Amino acid sequence: MIAVIDTAVANLNSVIYAIQRTETPFCATTDPEVIRQASHVILPGVGHAQASMRRLHELGLVPVIRALTQPVLGICLGMQILYDSSEEGDTPGLGILPGRVAKISAAGLPLPHMGWNTLRLDDPSSPLLRGIFLDDRVYFVHSFRAPMNAAVMASSFYGEEIPAIVGRDNFFGTQFHPERSGPVGLSILRNFCAL
Amino acid sequence: MLAKRIIPCLDVRDGRVVKGVKFRDHVDLGGILELAQRYRDAGADELVFYDITASAEKRTVDTSWIEATAQVLDIPFCVAGGIRSVDDARRILHAGADKVSINSPAIEHPDLIDQLAAEFGIQCVVIGIDTLVHDGDYYIWKYTGSESTAQNAGRRTLDWVREVQDRGAGEIVLNCMAADGTKQGYDIEQLNAVRAICRVPLVASGGAGKMEDFYTAFSTARVDAALAAGIFHRGEVQISDLKHYLDSKGVIVRL
Repeated sequence: MIAVIDTAVANLNSVIYAIQRTETPFCATTDPEVIRQASHVILPGVGHAQASMRRLHELGLVPVIRALTQPVLGICLGMQILYDSSEEGDTPGLGILPGRVAKISAAGLPLPHMGWNTLRLDDPSSPLLRGIFLDDRVYFVHSFRAPMNAAVMASSFYGEEIPAIVGRDNFFGTQFHPERSGPVGLSILRNFCAL
Repeated sequence: MLAKRIIPCLDVRDGRVVKGVKFRDHVDLGGILELAQRYRDAGADELVFYDITASAEKRTVDTSWIEATAQVLDIPFCVAGGIRSVDDARRILHAGADKVSINSPAIEHPDLIDQLAAEFGIQCVVIGIDTLVHDGDYYIWKYTGSESTAQNAGRRTLDWVREVQDRGAGEIVLNCMAADGTKQGYDIEQLNAVRAICRVPLVASGGAGKMEDFYTAFSTARVDAALAAGIFHRGEVQISDLKHYLDSKGVIVRL
């Protein structure tokens, strides 16, 4: 059973519908016990880092998420809050991945970074990248980006390098929206569900 | 590299996709799910659904078709028409739409843009702008859903473009009314003027008649996406042909 953490964000149902397409059993929940018992945990997120972290604190889920040992996938903002901190509202994150999330410095390019961009495979051995090829396109929409460090498994480019898939130990994240990235996104979700 | 987006726009009325000439004489084009999947399979990068019932009759958008669409669609989609409040937007976004597009209600209550951006993030907030040249300047129009209600809103388009960005628009769809329906090409001059001051993604709308029109919008006006309805619905341009054509001209697209 996959637990999708219900952070009351707008894209929760889109994520749930995509999990349905992988044909994996799931539930949407804020119950710490259900989350601890789940085989996999997904943390969706759109909006503001501060609002998202506030909600996790209110629900008492910050220590719960940090202590998880099963595969965890943060999506978009759900990935950004895995890091130590974010420039967005100068917000402390979950501190699971090292570094600070910063505004994209795409000089002269429109922000948000919105649309279908290509993937570079920084760590082709990543289990999330099974069946994914160089220059496959996925759908991004964001204005902040994670740091380019050892956690990066795949990246994209928009004025600068943008971490696209990240991970360390049992924690993973996608900056793009796999639930809105066609067959490529579905493959990545299936890879996660198969961990 | 980020791809330029091709966005078919589908007018929705009473659960069906329709097409009319200047909002009259609607022809039924098919079911929403059927057309959404057909355009997805044809290579559309994103879809816009314009709920003309909700907009014209001041009704709230029925969300049942949005949920059904979100279940089958694995590309992003935006819902426009009839969104007048944060609650309206919440119902649509929670049903599974990725973005909401606001036009006349944003002109009446510009604060709505700030509220939507604060509540959902700017990536959800698209501002649609209907614009027309008048006395040598560009002006925004409101209530353009029918000829009897359409009126000049009395504001310069470029001022409005600046304001909506400051308030939290995450994307701007510029619908150039004089070009709309003419099939004579996008209004490149006006798109250029807006592009020069637009820091968020800009979508060209109105006037696409042939594949070259898309190329000009991307290469000359440097828009991020191009929206069209009629030429796709009538089958005059196939999205896959269009993308291969653009690719051959050096425009980055998702093939």
